[in-house]
Amino acid sequence: MSDVHAHSVAFVRTETLPELPPPAAETGVLKWIRENLFATVPNAILTIVSIYVVYAILSGVLPWIFNGVWDASSLAECREILNGTSGACFAVLAERWPQLIFGLSYPADSYWRPALAFFLLFFAAAPVMFFDLPRKLLLFTAIYPFIAYWLIWGGTIMVPLVALVGFVAGYLVYQRLVTNSFAAGFFGGVAAAFVVWYIGGLLIPDDASDTAMLTAVPSRDLGGFMLNLMLGVTCVSLSIPIGIVLALGRQSSMPLIKWICVVFIEFIRGVPLITLLFVASVMLAYFFPPESTVDLFLRVVIMITMFSAAYIAEVIRGGLAALPKGQYEAADSLGLDYAQAMRLIILPQALKISIPGIVNIAVGLFKDTVLVSVISMFDILGFIRGPLLSSTEWNGVYWELLGFAALLFFVTCYGISQYSQWLERRLATDHR
Amino acid sequence: MKRTVFFGALTVAGMAASMASAATLDDVKARGSLNCGVTTGLVGFASPDANGVWTGFDVGVCRAVAAAIFGDPTAVEFVPTTGKTRFTALASGEIDVLARNTTWTFSRDVDLKFEFTGINYYDGQGFMVPRELGVSSAKDLDGATVCIQTGTTTELNLADFFRSNNISYEPVPIETNAEAQQQYLAGACDVYTTDASGLAATRASFENPGDHVLLPEIISKEPLGPLVRHGDSDWGDIVRWTLNALIAAEELGVTSANVADMAAAPTDNPEVNRLLGTEGELGAMLGLEANWAANAIAAGGNYGELFEKNIGENTPIGLARGLNAQWTDGGLIYSPPFR
Repeated sequence: MSDVHAHSVAFVRTETLPELPPPAAETGVLKWIRENLFATVPNAILTIVSIYVVYAILSGVLPWIFNGVWDASSLAECREILNGTSGACFAVLAERWPQLIFGLSYPADSYWRPALAFFLLFFAAAPVMFFDLPRKLLLFTAIYPFIAYWLIWGGTIMVPLVALVGFVAGYLVYQRLVTNSFAAGFFGGVAAAFVVWYIGGLLIPDDASDTAMLTAVPSRDLGGFMLNLMLGVTCVSLSIPIGIVLALGRQSSMPLIKWICVVFIEFIRGVPLITLLFVASVMLAYFFPPESTVDLFLRVVIMITMFSAAYIAEVIRGGLAALPKGQYEAADSLGLDYAQAMRLIILPQALKISIPGIVNIAVGLFKDTVLVSVISMFDILGFIRGPLLSSTEWNGVYWELLGFAALLFFVTCYGISQYSQWLERRLATDHR
Repeated sequence: MKRTVFFGALTVAGMAASMASAATLDDVKARGSLNCGVTTGLVGFASPDANGVWTGFDVGVCRAVAAAIFGDPTAVEFVPTTGKTRFTALASGEIDVLARNTTWTFSRDVDLKFEFTGINYYDGQGFMVPRELGVSSAKDLDGATVCIQTGTTTELNLADFFRSNNISYEPVPIETNAEAQQQYLAGACDVYTTDASGLAATRASFENPGDHVLLPEIISKEPLGPLVRHGDSDWGDIVRWTLNALIAAEELGVTSANVADMAAAPTDNPEVNRLLGTEGELGAMLGLEANWAANAIAAGGNYGELFEKNIGENTPIGLARGLNAQWTDGGLIYSPPFR
């Protein structure tokens, strides 16, 4: 073939062909469909079956949703309007949404207070969650719990003020004494806080709440999704620091501290949350005289916090165990003391490893807050299953209500999980 | 020695506690409101409306007691209780009276140390079946699947009934009434059994109530009534006679509409006069105002009015008076005389 030259053939194309579009089956949507949906015969069958299933579900659900009745005063009226056709009775949401969100007996003219507290929550949480923001914003985070308490429970402003002053006094004493020894600072701070609270308690007149700017709302009147959010936020934010302390305590070389932490963690992990809640609501009521019981909300917060702190401690212990021993030794060789080593070297790495686990527990804990309905607190699920489904007007409405509750929980939990993924990307310092 | 002192202190504390709970009326008056335990929701008996105001037949009893003490039917703090927390709430003093369609049984009265102060509803366990099943008697239910709430007396009654009639059944255990409705409508069981009042309420919420029938057999006695703690008979008396006042009022023809007129001046009927406080000192004997019963009746009406308004035949639940008619009409509702 070596004697074949350009001049020995009849025709030689001298310019390149114009580019043709690729074959229709090899481009764009068609290619994607062919490669992803109909690549092989089993694949194609699966696709067709899936399309049919999706169609079957949507053809049932969508008319049900779009045909929904939003304006009726009872289920019977809904059925009358629908007149035999398929359709949801969203009127129950339209009529009862304030109760689903704020609970059964929260005063209606005060709905703006928890709403404002919820709005401010974003500002308080932002500097903690997004650490690129200026650090000065943390000051607002520090006073947010007191503002939120005052907004939601109302009553005299003196109570949160005294609590705040107590914390500040404790912190000042701690700072003064901690240079000598940590124990002196810690116990001095606690003592100072209690002295301030005790004196403050004496100063607040008994009837201060009657004339307060915001009407006092007892804990029993809290409910709805607000209660779930309050329990979730309070317990998660309390249980992370407690969990860290427990995890470190479990690794401590001091036997007393180590065994206290081990016993606490193992006991709490060995008991179902629902049992702890029953103890909180039923047993503690026996132990305290009727007039001086601890507030029910507080009891539940303590129990859920203990529960989740034990789990978070184990997650963080996993993070601590994952660190190479060299990190601990490096910290020692730099001459750092225990607190410094933990704060500057060990915990930042261990916590980063633990993020998925902690978020997992936080999401689970948030959903576990619906368990309070078994001790007759009307969180959103308890309210739906109890009073709402047993009202004469709405007895028999299930999908609409439970779907609404599921939607609220999904939005919140999906938000938390998206945040954690962002956090992992943001903290990724390894090079992959 | 130290131990003796410790036990002594415990005893004193215990005595103080029992003394504190001995005067429930004083506690209630000092608090300014009655703590009344109700269900977390049962159609017709207790449920909150769109404004969060509790209404219902049991709620009416609470409001009447509050009205008898304070003259104000709204001076009640309703404490929702579940089947599991109700007795603890009462025993621990969290609530003053439990009006939560609770069956009066021997062990609850004697062993749990409560005092039932009367019966405001005579209930019994019944059966509901789809009409298309063509069953007219519970004895035809051989081999049926039965939806039954676990952990209740209804479960035990059901086993007794089927065993004594020598027929078999297959139980489908369910947790709540709401779940039971769904299971029953979905056809997971042929029969749903619970208290007859609950069955009526459940049936009323169905899309086509006419497709379901309640069988005539009532297989158990479920006398429901308000209860208080043992150990404070004065308080028990107030609750008992408030309920009796509502019952007597119906018998004597005192209604929420005419109670104000009848209480304004003595009438021709001396028992009405004693009841409404225009004659005699019955209120003072209870430690209440003379017009205590008039207030209780004005709160929500007499027994018959409460019944008609909340669970009677003109409501969606549509219960007939049946056993709960006055004794003069052939029922069991009967109040001792006001004398």
